[in-house]
Amino acid sequence: MSWEMVGIWGGALLTLCLYSFLYRDNPFYKFAEHLFVGMSAGYWAIYTIFNVLKPNWWDKLVGAGDADPQLIMIIPGLLAVLMLMRVVSKLATYSRLPLALIVGAGAGLQLVSFFQTNGLKQVENTVIPLVGSGVGPTIDNLLIVTAVVCGLVYFFFSKAHRGITGGMANVGITMLMVAFGASFGYTVMARISLLIGQAQFLLFEWVPTIPRILGL
Amino acid sequence: MADFWKRLGEIDRRIIFVLIALAVLVPLALKLAFPIPVGKGPSKDFFDSVDSLPPESVVLMSFDYDPSTKPELHPMAIAIVQHLMSTDVNLVAMALWPQGASLAQEILVEISDSLGREQYHDWVNLGYKTGGLVLIARLGSSMKAAFPTDLSETPYGQIPMLDGIQRLCDFDMIITLSAGDPGIPHWVMVASDQLGVPVGGGCTAVSAPQFYPYLQRRVGERPQMEGLLGGLRGAADYEALLRRKYAQAPPGTAIAGMAAQSVAHLVIMVFIVLGNLSYLALRKRKEGQR
Repeated sequence: MSWEMVGIWGGALLTLCLYSFLYRDNPFYKFAEHLFVGMSAGYWAIYTIFNVLKPNWWDKLVGAGDADPQLIMIIPGLLAVLMLMRVVSKLATYSRLPLALIVGAGAGLQLVSFFQTNGLKQVENTVIPLVGSGVGPTIDNLLIVTAVVCGLVYFFFSKAHRGITGGMANVGITMLMVAFGASFGYTVMARISLLIGQAQFLLFEWVPTIPRILGL
Repeated sequence: MADFWKRLGEIDRRIIFVLIALAVLVPLALKLAFPIPVGKGPSKDFFDSVDSLPPESVVLMSFDYDPSTKPELHPMAIAIVQHLMSTDVNLVAMALWPQGASLAQEILVEISDSLGREQYHDWVNLGYKTGGLVLIARLGSSMKAAFPTDLSETPYGQIPMLDGIQRLCDFDMIITLSAGDPGIPHWVMVASDQLGVPVGGGCTAVSAPQFYPYLQRRVGERPQMEGLLGGLRGAADYEALLRRKYAQAPPGTAIAGMAAQSVAHLVIMVFIVLGNLSYLALRKRKEGQR
């Protein structure tokens, strides 16, 4: 039996073990679940060491290959050690230093570009002529403007939702429900797609190997 | 009749699981194929933007996913790589997700061999690098600093097709296949909005609705995203468009999966309708009893 065959059978049997949970909790499911957790932890630990820490920190620190050692890499090394201080209760406070650096740098890097891309640009895309270049674009534009304005009115709580305000808020919540429905539909599609992927694996990769294994 | 509606509302969920499993397995086993009509929309826009790349263009393709979303994003990746390698476009692959690099390599080697394309002249896989948004910002100033070697440890300077590729602005288009964070929003934030490089791509169906605002087109302006493939349906759209253009393109798994998807959706819709009918009937009965 080749290693490829071992992989296919391992994948198929573990898939069946996991799907057995749909009937009820059982030892096969528990076995597959614990195996997944353990292997994931081991895999990610090794992957992080050899694909993140080694090339990005260790190789630069010691000067791998022809490169000169970069002693400045001692600083991120120290910060990483400080981060691990969380597990020592007396020294846990020092872990706040690298955490503060991450939060500060992350916020500084993301704040402006995030606001521009997901805030300003979207507001700009809402300021559009109501009449477009045809019937379709006109309906699109009217829908966008109406949905945004009415959606905002729904979240305006300083005035009772009665009269015109109430009507607009109702339109707003309706638009929100349509958006949630579309989002839920996409979620269903995604979950079924994952099932289809696994079904294709079982049907077209695993099932054809069964006669070979049984010597038929 | 009241008992019927009550029993319908309390149907054992395992029966639903079995029906959904059959709805998926039977169409796949029978190789049912439904037509995939692809009209105007994000999938077509994306295909057209890739298809209109002039010869000798250089595309950066980022494989930002892992095996957990392979059924949705891998068919897209295969179809897009087939499309790019069928034309005279050079492809630079990379990954913001660790396992994306090996998934990319698998596709690139297989399709490159089948189409007679050459590594380091027509395509290269730079591999995975951690950092997300920070890495993309770094790529904006220097590709070589972020990726001193490719996946096989070949130095950046020794790869012929990377001559003249210094930073993100040197690419004609960026394609991202995104399963989450980091992914599409980060490429749009830096590459599209700050550097003005056209960005397109695909994502899981779960995240597709949140990226639709990036597709809005204002007259005379470039959209934040050229197009978007959402989930398995997006992959099937791309495969259909590719086969429409290149009849010899091998059949993909997405089109094959769409028949199963459609039947499963029908079963779900039937249960939603039956569940609501049961709820309404029982509510009416309760109101009648009062």
